[in-house]
Amino acid sequence: MLAATSVHVSLDGNAILRGVDLAVAEGEWVTIIGPNGAGKSTFLRAVGGFLPYSGSILLSGTETGAHSRRQRARIVASVAQQPVVPPGIRVFDYVLLGRTPYIPLLGRESLQDLSIVEERLHALDLLPFASRRLDTLSGGERQRVYLARALAQSAPLLLLDEPTSALDIGHQQEVLELVDGLRRAHGLTVLATMHDLSLAGEYADRLVLMSDGTVAASGPPSAVLTEELLRSHYRANVRVIDADFGPVVVPVR
Amino acid sequence: MRPARLSRWWLAAGVASVLATLVLGVSLGPVSLPPAAVVLELLGLESGLDEREAAIVTQIRLPRVLLGLLVGGMLALAGGCFQGVFRNPLADPYLIGIAAGAGLGATAAIVLRLDNSIMPVFAFLGALLAAVTAYALGSARNLILAGVAIASFLSAIQTYLLQRNVDTILEVYSWLLGRLATDGYGDVWQLVPYVAVASIVVLALRRELDVLSVGDAEAASLGLHPQRSRLILLGAAALGTAAAVAVSGLIAFVGIIVPHMVRMLAGTSYRTILPLSLLFGGAFLALADLGARTIIAPGELPIGVVTAFFGAPFFILVMRTSKAVPL
Repeated sequence: MLAATSVHVSLDGNAILRGVDLAVAEGEWVTIIGPNGAGKSTFLRAVGGFLPYSGSILLSGTETGAHSRRQRARIVASVAQQPVVPPGIRVFDYVLLGRTPYIPLLGRESLQDLSIVEERLHALDLLPFASRRLDTLSGGERQRVYLARALAQSAPLLLLDEPTSALDIGHQQEVLELVDGLRRAHGLTVLATMHDLSLAGEYADRLVLMSDGTVAASGPPSAVLTEELLRSHYRANVRVIDADFGPVVVPVR
Repeated sequence: MRPARLSRWWLAAGVASVLATLVLGVSLGPVSLPPAAVVLELLGLESGLDEREAAIVTQIRLPRVLLGLLVGGMLALAGGCFQGVFRNPLADPYLIGIAAGAGLGATAAIVLRLDNSIMPVFAFLGALLAAVTAYALGSARNLILAGVAIASFLSAIQTYLLQRNVDTILEVYSWLLGRLATDGYGDVWQLVPYVAVASIVVLALRRELDVLSVGDAEAASLGLHPQRSRLILLGAAALGTAAAVAVSGLIAFVGIIVPHMVRMLAGTSYRTILPLSLLFGGAFLALADLGARTIIAPGELPIGVVTAFFGAPFFILVMRTSKAVPL
């Protein structure tokens, strides 16, 4: 689905990504972890085609920069870290924005666009909120609406930039379970960034530890969430406990 | 569930308001004419009006009312468009300096004694200069401040030009205060092509303005070219503003209150705001002009004075009584 080789990105003369190699197979869930400033979000933005990069990022076999914006928006859907909420917009209309890559420039949405929006709202239990104003919903409800908009793009690759950072622990679980269910139901590929390491390990097939603009480690959660790796890249003193559901990372004083 | 596009009822209300002000504006004046007869005369039917009254209808009042509809519709549409382009509910052709740019261009044309048909071109160049400067300088947050600075700077140049050319001062000032001329259809025909082009472009892209409301990064991830869309919209709205300013001078308030009232009453989607602003903006200005020429008849008030005097309190009233004010 996604194959990045030797990706370099510089912003204002600073090298942010220095040769990232990262592949995500179809249907796989890969979560990028790493300290602040490691380049996680920058990598997602490069994959989305919003940053000039050198190297190669293949999306379904085609260079991401070679797709037109509209084509790319049908392949990659992303949920930003802090999406903008336009004042006064209704949930239904917000989710409908996700159909933009399918609506002709001077045309209007088709009946199919509308039924896809309704279907996504239904899948995320949002139908009762459809005519509510988005800015009146709670944080957890909003996160579901953002997801619904991304899913309305009907894109096979979903990019999630810290999808749970604004949520309490219950809503974090709820959102991640939703994403997991949806990716199984729709055969989606998920590339996410997350800060909560234990949670990241529980949901991802594979973790990629990014540090200082390169990939420092990659593999199943138990191989990446090791005390040694976390100490050297996060400068954190942690204990990793092996639980039956995966490694649990606990900070130690 | 239906998406937030223009409802038939609101469209009908907008068209009805335009037709009603048209009939009212043509009927009322120093000589009041029966509206029914005016309607017949406008439709080219036997109306029972004598020759002099028929001439008042078709040669004097109709062109002026049409001009009011065109200028008002254009200013309101441009205002709504600027609010979307800059993602700022206070963006208005006046507040962000675009009208001042058009004013400077038009003043230059007057001072250089150029032909009247060249004036819109000069006004457009001035408006574009101001629009691009505002776009380059102002982020969403400090746009208004940048606009105030731009407007002051451009007015300073304009004042300088005027002081150097005192012989044209009277002409420029009577134009600056805002007026709808009564010299037949000249201004109407001059304005029509600009309004047509600007409205078609802006209305065609109205759905994109809704997408742009989530910000450039997200709009790009939905398949748009935000910078390109913004520049096209900005250019079209500046063109329309410039043409309106060139024929009518500086009429404040229409570009901000009309789109706002539409937003409060009919919905926050630009697919609703823009077409309704065009219609209600036209009706609003034609009505204001009716006030301007009847309140102290046979004298006339500058129309900008009337739009502000009635517009501002009405705006405050709507703002206070409307439940949801998405500013």
